[in-house]
Amino acid sequence: MLKYIKKRLLLFIPTIIIISIVIFFIIQLPPGDYVSSYVAALAAEGETFTPEEIAAMRADYGLDDPWYIQYFNWVKGIVTEGDFGYSFEYGRSVWSVIMDRLYLTLAVSFVILIFQYAVSLPIGIYCANHQYSAGDYIWSFIGFLGTATPNFLLAILMMYWIYMATGEVYLGLFSHDMLQNGLRMEYLPEFLFRCLIPLIVIGTSGTCGIIRTVRAQMLDEQVRQYTLTARAKGCSEKTIIYKYCLRSALNPVVSGMSGSLRTIFSGSTVSAIVMNLQIQGPVLLQALKTQDMYLAGTIVMIQAILVVVGTLLSDIALAWLDPRIRFSERG
Amino acid sequence: MALFRKKQMAKDESYYLASQWTLMWRKLKRHTLAKISLAILLVLYLGALFADFIAPYGLEEFSSVYKDTGPTKVYFTDENGKLCRPYVYKLEKFNNRETWTVEIRENTEEKYYLDFLVEGQEYKFLGLIPSNLHLYGLVNEAGEADRSARINILGADSAGRCIFSRVLFGSQISLTIPFVSAAISFVLGILLGGISGYFGGFLDTAIQRVIEVISAIPSIPLWLALSAAIPPDIPVSTMYLYITVILSFIGWTGLARVVRGKFISLRNEDFVMAAKLAGVSDFKIIVKHMVPGFLSYLIVNLTLGIPGSILGETSMSYLGLGMKSPATSWGVLLKETEDLVTVAQCPWKMIPLIFVIVTVLAFNFLGDGMRDAADPYK
Repeated sequence: MLKYIKKRLLLFIPTIIIISIVIFFIIQLPPGDYVSSYVAALAAEGETFTPEEIAAMRADYGLDDPWYIQYFNWVKGIVTEGDFGYSFEYGRSVWSVIMDRLYLTLAVSFVILIFQYAVSLPIGIYCANHQYSAGDYIWSFIGFLGTATPNFLLAILMMYWIYMATGEVYLGLFSHDMLQNGLRMEYLPEFLFRCLIPLIVIGTSGTCGIIRTVRAQMLDEQVRQYTLTARAKGCSEKTIIYKYCLRSALNPVVSGMSGSLRTIFSGSTVSAIVMNLQIQGPVLLQALKTQDMYLAGTIVMIQAILVVVGTLLSDIALAWLDPRIRFSERG
Repeated sequence: MALFRKKQMAKDESYYLASQWTLMWRKLKRHTLAKISLAILLVLYLGALFADFIAPYGLEEFSSVYKDTGPTKVYFTDENGKLCRPYVYKLEKFNNRETWTVEIRENTEEKYYLDFLVEGQEYKFLGLIPSNLHLYGLVNEAGEADRSARINILGADSAGRCIFSRVLFGSQISLTIPFVSAAISFVLGILLGGISGYFGGFLDTAIQRVIEVISAIPSIPLWLALSAAIPPDIPVSTMYLYITVILSFIGWTGLARVVRGKFISLRNEDFVMAAKLAGVSDFKIIVKHMVPGFLSYLIVNLTLGIPGSILGETSMSYLGLGMKSPATSWGVLLKETEDLVTVAQCPWKMIPLIFVIVTVLAFNFLGDGMRDAADPYK
């Protein structure tokens, strides 16, 4: 087990390095750079620059260098000084821009991840145990509908329904009162209610996927020989379902965990734009569009590293859960 | 009795002699939901194929009077309440002298009758035969095609274009891009996953790392960077091809993982060893002996992958990274409903969503039906 973890940890570093190169390259890929989009934006307002001024701006930021030299400088800054570069758009260091929203982003992402599993595991198990019952059909239908509706439209629809029901528009996680008076305990119920909308919107697509996987896996396991044996020996249904079937049914669920983290990051971006959430997604999109490359690069890097760490953790969890993987790695 | 036995034997025989595909097809036919889904998809694809003919208006045909108007009212009874030939009234602008606003109202003086096979905008039927006949349209009292009144059965968008026509034209893109991109990811997934699982060793490690890298990068920067790299002034059809390729470059990794797993478990089977000893080339072993072993599974995976691409395309268009108006796709149509006000005031603009949901559900149910059909133990 330890050897397996060590091996995986060693692979972690080259993967991160490759990912950082790919990300930097991809962000550089669109034609133009921040200076050109900045000049274009100001030109639309009637201000013009001479070619010399533009060239001087480029030289200041080192934008004339080939991308690999820019990459090298960026990484050098990160490793030696912990400096993630400078955000052109915000006019301050990338790290301070990210810190504005980092905690909320992480909190929202992880709460959604936990919500997904907390909701979908019991439902999946229920549906498998009551195959073809009314409950199974209802949940399957909701599940399918959730996967079939694009996230951003679900967000709009939910806001519309809440508006029709309560007459209030719920945009963002904090109300005006909260922002004015600071965080007080009396606002907690409203805050939780506001959290519920993004939770449902971003969480549903993943939740439905997990419900379907768990249901299919559990059904597959229940006709296996070992289940029959356990039943013949007189094990209680509870033991059979939770101790035997669930354990092997969890395999694809656990290995899909890092994938759902990635889906949450992407899904939350689109929904956050609709719902005006103060999380990283919209900042990232804006940074990518204006080619604010260090900011975009750092946000993407953080998300990618989280996904890789997630993969690592889910692989370790898988090895712990499934002895076959553990033993094949040892041998 | 003898006759019965003979029939029974014939039935058994046809069961044992049937190929894998015939068996799958027979099982699929028993799956009601899958059958309905297949029929729905067929209708949708026929709609896309004959879009020019079915749509009453062309892609860019608009009328500013009809801007943001709901579904056109069709009357089935005349002034006396008697049943008559279906007709509509023309909408026109009118200055309300009391409120000083321009309002849109029906002009009840002239009737425009609904008719089939009405002349309209020129197009090429199936891209070959020039024609100007449309499935339905409006004619005036004299029975001539009249374009001044419009019938928008699903309402009009913010430019006064018929949403139903645009849904049809949009389906030409929304229903085919996912197919092509699923096919490309399919080939990439089998090829790279196959190489990875069959040969193992260094190649395996390398391909696994590539997959890990691609699947670690969130999809929005990938879309954005790749679609920003598309030159903006290219024709729509080329743009479409690029989007296809972008979607498939991201989509293949999941399939490759599965294929690799299957190859690893099949690699040590006796029949593969036998083929190797008989001197069959690696390529032939993969294509002839191993892939057929789980092809049905792959087809299911392909079917289930298509809805993902359809949804991906909508998100991409919503973020403004995909197709751009006047070219249309379901994502472009849904982009109109991007705020609460639109949903509240023009709820008919949500109608394209129904097409998206129905298509995605149909592909899902079809995939489920195929999975059950492909499972020999059921």
